[in-house]
Amino acid sequence: MSAAEKSEQQRLSVFKTYKLYVGGKFPRSESGRVYEVTDSKGKWLANAPQSSRKDARDAVVAARKAFGGWSGATAYNRGQILYRVAEMLEGRKEQFVREVADAEGLSKAKAAAVVDAAIDRWVWYAGWTDKIAQVVGGGNPVAGPFFNLSSPEPTGVVTVLAPQESSFLGLVSVIAPVIATGNTVIVIASEKSPLPALSLGEVLATSDVPGGVVNILSGRTSEIAAPLAAHQDVNAIDLAGADDVLAKELEIAAADNLKRVLRPQPVDYARTPGTERLTAFLETKTVWHPTGSLGASGSSY
Amino acid sequence: MASAFEYAPAPESRSVVDIAPSYGLFIDGEFVEAAEGKVFKTVSPSTEEVLSEIAQAGEADVDRAVKAARKAFVKWSALPGSERAKYLFRIARIIQERSRELAVLETLDNGKPIKETRDADLPLVAAHFFYYAGWADKLDHAGFGANPRPLGVAGQVIPWNFPLLMLAWKIAPALATGNTVVLKPAETTPLSALFFADICRQAGLPRGVVNILPGYGDAGAALVAHPDVDKVAFTGSTAVGKAIARQIAGSHKKVTLELGGKGANIVFDDAPIDQAVEGIVSGIFFNQGQVCCAGSRLLVQESIHDELLDSLKRRLSTLRLGDPLDKNTDIGAINSAEQLSRITTLVDQGEAEGAERWSPACELPSSGYWFAPTLFTNVTQAHTIARDEIFGPVLSVLTFRTPDEAVAKANNSPYGLSAGIWTEKGSRILAVASKLRAGVIWSNTFNKFDPTSPFGGYKESGFGREGGRHGLEAYLAPSSPEGER
Repeated sequence: MSAAEKSEQQRLSVFKTYKLYVGGKFPRSESGRVYEVTDSKGKWLANAPQSSRKDARDAVVAARKAFGGWSGATAYNRGQILYRVAEMLEGRKEQFVREVADAEGLSKAKAAAVVDAAIDRWVWYAGWTDKIAQVVGGGNPVAGPFFNLSSPEPTGVVTVLAPQESSFLGLVSVIAPVIATGNTVIVIASEKSPLPALSLGEVLATSDVPGGVVNILSGRTSEIAAPLAAHQDVNAIDLAGADDVLAKELEIAAADNLKRVLRPQPVDYARTPGTERLTAFLETKTVWHPTGSLGASGSSY
Repeated sequence: MASAFEYAPAPESRSVVDIAPSYGLFIDGEFVEAAEGKVFKTVSPSTEEVLSEIAQAGEADVDRAVKAARKAFVKWSALPGSERAKYLFRIARIIQERSRELAVLETLDNGKPIKETRDADLPLVAAHFFYYAGWADKLDHAGFGANPRPLGVAGQVIPWNFPLLMLAWKIAPALATGNTVVLKPAETTPLSALFFADICRQAGLPRGVVNILPGYGDAGAALVAHPDVDKVAFTGSTAVGKAIARQIAGSHKKVTLELGGKGANIVFDDAPIDQAVEGIVSGIFFNQGQVCCAGSRLLVQESIHDELLDSLKRRLSTLRLGDPLDKNTDIGAINSAEQLSRITTLVDQGEAEGAERWSPACELPSSGYWFAPTLFTNVTQAHTIARDEIFGPVLSVLTFRTPDEAVAKANNSPYGLSAGIWTEKGSRILAVASKLRAGVIWSNTFNKFDPTSPFGGYKESGFGREGGRHGLEAYLAPSSPEGER
């Protein structure tokens, strides 16, 4: 045994305290609770924060505060920032491969493929920020002397229940489209495998994403989702990570202020997405203005 | 104010329309009696005259109509788009041919002025069918993926304020995309939908593709709840919209909701006052203010408040209220006794809370349901009349000093359907429009509609869009890899 190997065996690794990501900061749950997170074979990985309804409400406040600035940023700027997330992830790939392999019981090679796909997904959505308005908006040829333009605008504060199984690629696939268009988000990480999500917070914090644009909570999905579905300052909810019973319950609560609801559906996150998750949380604003008329004497050239 | 000229009566002739003493439900291409044999009367709101006796749909009738629509869906959805298009073009043309008849009918049943049904409702109805007809064979190019599929049976519930226009907004895109429909018109305005059934017959539309079920809220609820309905489209109150959203939770049903509003009409100090006054009048007194996108909150920059109010009051004094069939009538009847009492209650509350009420001298007819054009000054944001949708000819006037304050006040509402901006400054229009959380923004104009222009709200004004390319989405299944449904 070489000296180097010997010292490696003796060195005790440094565990990470996994924390929530809310308003650009890394708080523990205000409740002081944690729960045990294990790998697919039941081996202890970490204690994750078990968020409370108060944590959920704090996250809404942070997301609402961030909405004006983020939705008002230029689409180009949002694209740059989403691309920056991909850059930061690329540099921390090994960490995420390890966490995804542990979380989902994948081989290192398979986990690497998942992380690569997640990084590429950020790049895909980075490119969408300044294109979606041209694809889904445009001028309308109204029968009258009016200029009439329809443009998409972000719905507002969106709650996302991240997929339970696909703890990282699925997570990225549901967050990125929501913020690409200018919404802010509160995401509830996979209950069983929250660690990749909590680590993503650390990447976002160093990617120029303004604090509060993405807020990441871990804990019992149903416990955190219920107050968010009923919250009057949340505008929409993506139920990707809810089972049928929970999804129905949350959709009923969401009706109180007519949240836009994206119901759970089977999704193969490995495939290139369409635009459905982008458009699910967009409003269409149509602005009219009279054009006036120069009459028949105007130039014919 | 004494008017310079007296107007002689100029009523549109009723002889152009022949209303039968009774009508059945229109199911599977035939008029039939309701299963329980119930009927209700529809009256003319301007005279309280009974116009006809209508079969009243119940749960069994809903089931029968949905079954007919389901059966018809197989062939209708398989029809080439170009053939569906031609049916819709036929319908559009027949509506144009019969538009005077339908305008008179609508005025009789709804109480709105013939000027509006003739010049707004009916032309828009025909245009809507014409527009969506053209989409039926071009759906591959609409931006919803290749070969987008229809959803199936659409259950549609529409209000009484624009009976035939709301029918067109619902039925035209549904049929163009290959869905079949069961539509419930409002209980106070069933006639134009039943005449539309006859237009479907004239157009040779296959049986069961369109089914019309006059009835009350219970029939609407049964339709929304029916397990074989794939799509729910509702226009009406926010309270009912929320109930529908709860009812369909956990189902496969796709839903669009066009609900209430409390539109802010913002007038800046550099606005062209005369044009603004016309826009304010059309914003809140068009269709007696019974419009979800009405400009019911006037936000006036403080420095021009007095000048604008003087002009506005002068203009209101010239509005002519009376016989809706008279071609000179500006303000018709309120649609029902129930709606009249809702308006009266809210207006009384406005006075009780301390706002100042004003109406021009205005004689109301002795029979029928009438409410004089009314405006309130000294209104604060806390007043009920500044928050609740009145759905009547009642304007609440508030003031502001800065554009930021105007935007904050305009957005201070759970609703987000419409807004108006009046200013000569282009950059201010664009800045304010971008900050308003509303689906339709009229700048230096108000209450303009077009089939190519998507319409629908933010926040509690509902979701989904009707009209334009956007309006197709509500009736198509997503074809993206994310949503194989």
